[in-house]
Amino acid sequence: MLQDIPHGFYFILSGILFTIGCIGAITRRNAIVIFMCIELMLNAVNLAFITAGNALSSMDGAVFVFFIMTVAAVEAAVGLAIFITIFRLKGTINADEVNLLKG
Amino acid sequence: MTMDFSWFKWLMFIVAAALSIVGSLMMVTRRNAIHSALWMIATFIAIAVIYVMQNAQFIAIAQVMVYAGAIMMLILFVIMLVNLEKDSAPERKFSSRKFTGAIITIMLFFEVLVVGTAYQITGREAVYSAGMLQRAGNVRVMGSLLYGQYLFPFELASILLLIGIVGAVILAKGKKE
Repeated sequence: MLQDIPHGFYFILSGILFTIGCIGAITRRNAIVIFMCIELMLNAVNLAFITAGNALSSMDGAVFVFFIMTVAAVEAAVGLAIFITIFRLKGTINADEVNLLKG
Repeated sequence: MTMDFSWFKWLMFIVAAALSIVGSLMMVTRRNAIHSALWMIATFIAIAVIYVMQNAQFIAIAQVMVYAGAIMMLILFVIMLVNLEKDSAPERKFSSRKFTGAIITIMLFFEVLVVGTAYQITGREAVYSAGMLQRAGNVRVMGSLLYGQYLFPFELASILLLIGIVGAVILAKGKKE
């Protein structure tokens, strides 16, 4: 008979996903892919919330994840609208070429 | 007589974890943004499976509908609208930016590993155990929390969503000529 899955495994999985998302956000240049990497990091944090809530048999983790999802949806809508605006202005969404604020 | 399903839980965990890691790695490395987005959807669904294993069925369904459905559809549309240029000149194989990024992320990863192996969960044990959730219903408990203890943040979230919708429309509409 096997043991139940220890919570540490979920935490480690969450950390791995967060690290992969962080690597992507640092190395990629396409702004939309950077945005997707940030969504992945949010998901890793959600996983940690759910795990901690489950470990304490509490629902607060799930409620927090619910609010994080709400904020992520708003962020997606506004962020993608900003990408469209930048694309109209500059003709590209390459993060290295968008330097209007550079002095 | 109760069957022992823990081997199945392990199998599900290993498959879902492997799929989420592979999917996110492919998401980060694909050069075509559409391929990245499709791998991202696979990752989200694998994470939803892991939510189900942790007694968070409502969040799992919301994950599939909100993330894998709505947000990724939005991202796919914007990629198709915006991503006209083919891949720009190949990046230099080795740059100081990548080197710094690699160092930072490796440090981050080891910190997370240490926390994941040596953590200690503190805090009071609450009443929502797996059996209680099964008897009362996950969605019912979630709804009574959202409309009870968390009513004010819930209403604030609705205002935030409204502002987001209006802002997105105003931003994407552009100037009138």
